[in-house]
Amino acid sequence: MSDDSRRLKPVDVVVVGGGWAGSIMAKEMTEAGRTVVMLERGPDRSTAGEGAYPASIDELEGNFRYKLFQDLSKNTVTIRNNASQTALPYRRMAAFLPGEGVGGAGLHWSGVHFRMPPDDLRLRSRVIEKYGAKFIPEGMNLQDYGVTYEELEPFFDKAEKVFGTSGEAYKVNGQVVGQGNVFAPSRSDHFPLPPLKDVYTAHLFRKAAEEVGFHPYSLPAANASQQYTNPYGVQMGPCNFCGYCSGYACYMYSKASPNVNILPVLRRHPLFELRANCHVLRVERDSTGTRATGVTYTDADGKVVTQPAEMVILTAFQFHNVRLMLLSGIGKPYDPVRNEGVVGRNFVYQNVTTSVVWLDPKVETNQYIGAGGGGVAFDDFNSENFDHGPLGFVGGSPVWVNQAGVKAIAAAHSGGPPGTPRWGSAWKAGMIDTYRHSLRIDAHGANMAYRDVYLDLDPTWKDAYGQPLLRMTFDWKDNDIRMNRYVVDKIGNVAKAMGARNVHLTRREFGKPFDTRQYQTTHLGGGAVMGTDPQTSALNRYMQSWDVHNVFVIGANAFPQGTGYNPTGMVAALAYWAAHHIRTTYLAHPGPLAG
Amino acid sequence: MRGVWKSGLRSLVVALLVASVPGVGQSARAQDAPAPADLVTRGEYVAEAADCGACHTVPGGAPFAGGMAFHLPTGTLYAPNITPDVKAGIGQYSEAEFIRAIRQGIRRDGATLYPAMPYPSYARMTDDDLHALYAYFMHGVRPVSTPVVQDGMHWPLSMRWPLTVWRRLFAPDPAVTLQGATARTFPDPVVARGAYLVEGPGHCGACHTPRAVTMQEKALTAEDGPLYLSGGASVDGWRPVSLRGENRTGLGRWSEQDIVRFLATGRMPLGAAFGGMTDAINHGTQHMTADDQLAIARYLKTLSPTTPAKAPGWAYDPAATTALRAGDVSARGARHYVDSCAACHRTDGRGYPTTFPPLAGNPVVMDPTPDSLIRIVLEGNTLRATRQAPSAFVMPGFAARMDDAAVADTVSFIRAAWGNDAPAVNAADVARIRRSLSPEHPPVSLPMN
Repeated sequence: MSDDSRRLKPVDVVVVGGGWAGSIMAKEMTEAGRTVVMLERGPDRSTAGEGAYPASIDELEGNFRYKLFQDLSKNTVTIRNNASQTALPYRRMAAFLPGEGVGGAGLHWSGVHFRMPPDDLRLRSRVIEKYGAKFIPEGMNLQDYGVTYEELEPFFDKAEKVFGTSGEAYKVNGQVVGQGNVFAPSRSDHFPLPPLKDVYTAHLFRKAAEEVGFHPYSLPAANASQQYTNPYGVQMGPCNFCGYCSGYACYMYSKASPNVNILPVLRRHPLFELRANCHVLRVERDSTGTRATGVTYTDADGKVVTQPAEMVILTAFQFHNVRLMLLSGIGKPYDPVRNEGVVGRNFVYQNVTTSVVWLDPKVETNQYIGAGGGGVAFDDFNSENFDHGPLGFVGGSPVWVNQAGVKAIAAAHSGGPPGTPRWGSAWKAGMIDTYRHSLRIDAHGANMAYRDVYLDLDPTWKDAYGQPLLRMTFDWKDNDIRMNRYVVDKIGNVAKAMGARNVHLTRREFGKPFDTRQYQTTHLGGGAVMGTDPQTSALNRYMQSWDVHNVFVIGANAFPQGTGYNPTGMVAALAYWAAHHIRTTYLAHPGPLAG
Repeated sequence: MRGVWKSGLRSLVVALLVASVPGVGQSARAQDAPAPADLVTRGEYVAEAADCGACHTVPGGAPFAGGMAFHLPTGTLYAPNITPDVKAGIGQYSEAEFIRAIRQGIRRDGATLYPAMPYPSYARMTDDDLHALYAYFMHGVRPVSTPVVQDGMHWPLSMRWPLTVWRRLFAPDPAVTLQGATARTFPDPVVARGAYLVEGPGHCGACHTPRAVTMQEKALTAEDGPLYLSGGASVDGWRPVSLRGENRTGLGRWSEQDIVRFLATGRMPLGAAFGGMTDAINHGTQHMTADDQLAIARYLKTLSPTTPAKAPGWAYDPAATTALRAGDVSARGARHYVDSCAACHRTDGRGYPTTFPPLAGNPVVMDPTPDSLIRIVLEGNTLRATRQAPSAFVMPGFAARMDDAAVADTVSFIRAAWGNDAPAVNAADVARIRRSLSPEHPPVSLPMN
């Protein structure tokens, strides 16, 4: 601890990061009677401010000037494709868009709200059972989560009820109850709200997928299909398909966010205090190194302050959690040469490509409207829903039309079909034709974890506070490229059944490196994963640091490898799962929850 | 001279109405000899019932430190500091002086208080309640030494003596008032309790009862006749609606439970709070016991319509909905409605209760005076969070996006669609309200959800 730092009055719990995970943990800890300070490095935010209509529906400000996103001039990551390269800072938002400010990614997200497939939670075991251990490619660090779907089910259910999630169940308590995803596991209850209506492109996709023999279902969406009051008593408005979800605060109060769904109650709680514009520098530990004593942060005035706490819960974005562990010396840093150490290990991304289908010019696809979490998907090629044996790859991909609302600038950026000039009347005609008559189909695939894909501290570059930036070493691997190409071919079949006039199937190409200049997805994962073996996981199955028992780390950093689904539903369930065990066991008997 | 008096009187009306927002309540029946702590707690409840904080606490400021400004054409009126600070507040008041100020509007030095202080209603508060209230203000409120802001009223209202004349003419004698209250009979004790809360500490009539040309409320109790709570004059574009049993423009279609829910949360399926009622709920009614909220509701439901209904009761008429859904926006204002209102209030006018209130059948929409509706369209509105309803909802204002004619068209459409039968408005009505908007809007503190 630096000598000049001020020490504040101790609290029971300090929560680092004001997004979904932080808000859930803070809510649970105040319910348990604990004093909580939540530190958020960005500004305080609310729908009434950021979502004030009509100023809020400004595409230029929202998605091109990144109003709700991280200030990369203060802190960013460096990136390289492999260990032989020198990493350089990510200075302009492109491939992924980390958020900043109260609400975090939970304020700017789209709203797709999944439960993790049971097979994904024990993917290593499942692959070995089905195909044998030799099926796992050399260099792939395939792992289990150490927690089962049955164990997490009550917490998936709780999260859906807090988020006001719209969807249709397939099985409830083992009984088939509706037209939901036939591959989805049984649920203890229905979704709290009925599914959103299909936009026209989703309707066409559903029909065509059925014709081809796939099993389409409504995407589970945390965009409320009706007005809703959640178990905390907060209210949501109904989604009106305006399509200003991703990158915006929802002015209809219909997209679930920490700001709308949890913080109205938390902010009024006498045990809770939110401190915005406070950037945490490190977690402090006692002389034994096995117990955290609080955190040190730079406050809104630039003063370095230490907040003592009995317990520290890291709930920042995936890679910030990993970096904070590295900066604080919590857990052994990963060494890719020896494949030893755990912090930085199994860094994963998501393997998304978007194909475009042009329909008859008489068909208006009206891509302007949409709902961030709405649409139609099929899971026939996701998870272990299909036989990988003859295919020779691990992992899968849901396929969907998730028309979240394509706005004018984005449409102009996309332009026309490949080969169309980038300027002049041909560009204009191609762009207009594409905007009016096309639709987009995503292969939203999993990315597996590899021994030489990892996170560590950059030896050269530092942030505005003088601390090393986090370094990403990442590239696509043949296993994942083969998976993508296999699934994208299926999109071709569906496009044909839709009566496509033209199809552009986007496949990942062998040998083509990860390109940071193209937006792909913000679904980053791993780096401080959960598990049952301290040699291969930084956290035990309760999200608790193996080494410092009063530090819990909640986020997609805990995913041992990627998934085809969007991460938020899993992160929320893991937060409630961890909170449950903290409340029922840890608070009474502080110490390691797994041995 | 007449002109001066006229403008002075008008400002006095404004002062009265701005400053007197309704609220209600009181504590449990007096226990035999409550311990001082109980007395202070009971007094706090009385303060909530009397809605003292709505005027005497600035948003974000120390409780009861005053300073709330009321901007009037003839000057600015500031609510005084009523904390127990000896210099800046009311620390030197004896209990008798305190009670005299509240019931009779007479300051410690003998001067008359501006009737923004609703002492004509407070006159009927019981000795028990005022005893507890005094204990609360002396022992439960933190003294604040912020000096009293000088009243910025211009002559002639800067003089206190005309107020004294007014008070002697129009403020009730507390002794007579209490005797009258005691002598009244009620169908059941719940209604009796409701009458006390509404007519006394709640001072609902200060806004919701019409006033004579000399500014006194035309009725101070239900016994005074059907003008009581039949709707007050507009203040800054807010028109306090009738709280009587009119089907279209009053509480005729609200059930007791609807009213209870409204008082507790500011929202129920038929409508949502706005304007001065927001403060009344925030500082007052949401803190009341469920029994007291029910008492108010039951009492209000005993108030008959002011005049026999000329039109049949409101019934939903789907004609406008059918037209809008067929893409027919030929009706006056229909296009504006679809473009700017329908996302939340829907083409069928039913809204999404209790998140976004309905316009179909909403008494505020059908009020003969369109001021509230115009002001909400211009300025937007915030439905504040309450203890039982933690979500706030903000409607944006359209003043910057719509000219007077467009607002008039929109409001006229809303007033005539879905079975609503209120007369159209014109651009001059909108211009009048636009001129009255306070420069302080939007509100300084936005809700944080």
